[in-house]
Amino acid sequence: MSDTDNQGIPEPEGRADIIETDYEIGQDNLETKLGPFRIDIHNPVFAISGIAVILFVAIALIWPEGARDTFLSMRDFVKSQFDWFFLMSANLFVIFALLLIVSPWGSVRLGGTEATPDYSYIAWFSMLFAAGMGIGLMFFGVLEPVYYFGTPWGDQPLGGELGIVDGVVASEAAVAEARQRAMAATIFHWGLHPWAIYAIVALALALFSYNKGLPLTIRSAFYPILGERVWGAWGNAIDTIAAFATLFGLATSLGIGATQVASGLTEVFGSGEAADGTRNFLGFLWGNADSSSDSSLLLVLIIAFITAIALVSVLRGLDGGVKVLSEINMGFAALLLVFVFLVGPSLDIIGDFFKGLMGYARDIVPLSNPVGREDTGFLHGWTTFYWAWWISWSPFVGMFIARVSRGRTVREFLIAVLLVPSLVCVFWMATFGGTAISQVVEGATESGVFQTVIANYSPELSLFAMLGELPLASITSMLAVVLVVVFFVTSSDSGSLVIDTITAGGKVDAPVIQRVFWCIFEGAVAAVLLLGAAGTAGLDSLQAMVISTGLFFTVVLLVMCFSILKGLISEKRSH
Amino acid sequence: MFKHLMVPVDLAHTESLGHALDTAADLAAHWGAKVTYVGVGTTTPGKLAHNPKEFAEKLKAFAKAQAVAHAIEADAHATIAHDPTTDVDDVLLHAIDEIGADLVVMQSHLPGLLDYVWPSNGGKIAGHAKASVLVVRG
Repeated sequence: MSDTDNQGIPEPEGRADIIETDYEIGQDNLETKLGPFRIDIHNPVFAISGIAVILFVAIALIWPEGARDTFLSMRDFVKSQFDWFFLMSANLFVIFALLLIVSPWGSVRLGGTEATPDYSYIAWFSMLFAAGMGIGLMFFGVLEPVYYFGTPWGDQPLGGELGIVDGVVASEAAVAEARQRAMAATIFHWGLHPWAIYAIVALALALFSYNKGLPLTIRSAFYPILGERVWGAWGNAIDTIAAFATLFGLATSLGIGATQVASGLTEVFGSGEAADGTRNFLGFLWGNADSSSDSSLLLVLIIAFITAIALVSVLRGLDGGVKVLSEINMGFAALLLVFVFLVGPSLDIIGDFFKGLMGYARDIVPLSNPVGREDTGFLHGWTTFYWAWWISWSPFVGMFIARVSRGRTVREFLIAVLLVPSLVCVFWMATFGGTAISQVVEGATESGVFQTVIANYSPELSLFAMLGELPLASITSMLAVVLVVVFFVTSSDSGSLVIDTITAGGKVDAPVIQRVFWCIFEGAVAAVLLLGAAGTAGLDSLQAMVISTGLFFTVVLLVMCFSILKGLISEKRSH
Repeated sequence: MFKHLMVPVDLAHTESLGHALDTAADLAAHWGAKVTYVGVGTTTPGKLAHNPKEFAEKLKAFAKAQAVAHAIEADAHATIAHDPTTDVDDVLLHAIDEIGADLVVMQSHLPGLLDYVWPSNGGKIAGHAKASVLVVRG
């Protein structure tokens, strides 16, 4: 045999500390034919996840009010009773990840000492954002900083003073202070903490899959604790809850995100007057004072459209679908960012970037401390909500990041997943939030942002209100709608990929029909919930339930930290 | 005639490859051609192997067994797909050029209604490869 036999293999894999287990990946799988389709699914994870989803949708449709009351109070209970647990855990994840960067274990390479990266920096980086955070940046970029700066409902970070009271802009010093605090708190929610959460999950999965040879599913990270039992009921439960949370997280976000797309479309192409209740997009009523007249059908059509594009992307696979779309969207997002930076108040934005970072450094300890807080509105309404949200999304985003991170060293991985995205988020928030705050300071009650965030709280319009006061508003608003849609497509696509891998027992070569199934299922769940009697309330209640699963996954993440440490120690020792 | 045959193999389902393997071996023996068995592996651990290297070794062993059983010259070529669910066709098409095969012998199922909208691997390869392609049924 000649040396050319290995052509096409990334490189020889070098040394890695494989875990010896008799478990064969796919041994619990059910491989059969269903009509013309071949299927290859994990038994029972696939069935239980699917049935549980249908069950919960049924509950939300049959008892809309009961479900909403139950799930919302469950979420609020989790947020208010376990705030300390979320905050302390998230702090631990940040410290743990930062320490790993400077530790000797940082040199361990994911995939073995000789592995080479599967993706270029640009492609890798684009996919990090596309899976889990792009949509959030579009939704909260204007909303969150302005909210802290000026809303009168008393949930300001650390109980700070407002920059605008009753429509009157405060003194220059007060504005500067409120502005810096608003940026600092926003950066706190979008900086190190969420990315550390994602990084922990991704690192645990990548390490146990690429270096230890275990299947690419959440349960593998529990091997150091559960041993061979991880292949049984315990592991099934962990994987099932992960698949379930991912599917519902995606479906509810898809439904809620559709409202932002509808608002954007009406903003750009709509006709009629909101005052007369005739505001519409192509005849579908939307954006009127009486929101009950909003057309659910429009939302369902938007979901169908997004799902259809996601299906094409699913069929084209990881390299031909998600990767290409992520790179395109990264280009669009950069374009929008640079445009807003240049035509917006550039100096203010630069100021917000640096002052925001300084404020972040100043406030990070009080913001992340759960003890003796008086700003409980902010603590429970924002911080704990975010932490539970990021954590409930982490199986999905983390697993997707793991999937594309083979061949990087732990240090390189953490710098690229933790530090660089945090900085990008800071710049994004400074640009969008800073521009919006400047508009509020200059125009006061006249500014569109004031109207949509402070006077009439309509969060889905805040981004468009900010863009509306800049030149070329219809072009940039259209671009923003495209960005939101494509971020949803990439989330839906990468989510289907992740759910399929989990429900196929870690197999990545299962028949594509399974991914098609999950992709359509997500869209269908969102559509059915919207068409139900409860409308978006059905979505809200199920999203509340997903966020509650954040409590469970916080425990999972804590275990993962322990597993990572154990895994890295044995990896070093084997060298 | 043909000098270099390529046979795509799914090591996880070797039982379903029967006819194609025998056909390729017979043709190779007849023409004195070399056979390269091409396998598509994954970067993640799978049923067959924990990593790409282990996969390549299994494929080599498979090729060696074929060489001995049929008294032909055989080689193995392991490739990696980031996303084998959708990329197998493209990876195989690329492999044809890479190893310079002039005939591909591959197994495929009987075409059904679904193949009109969703071609089988064999259908796609036959439709796009520059080399000759022999699709073996059943």
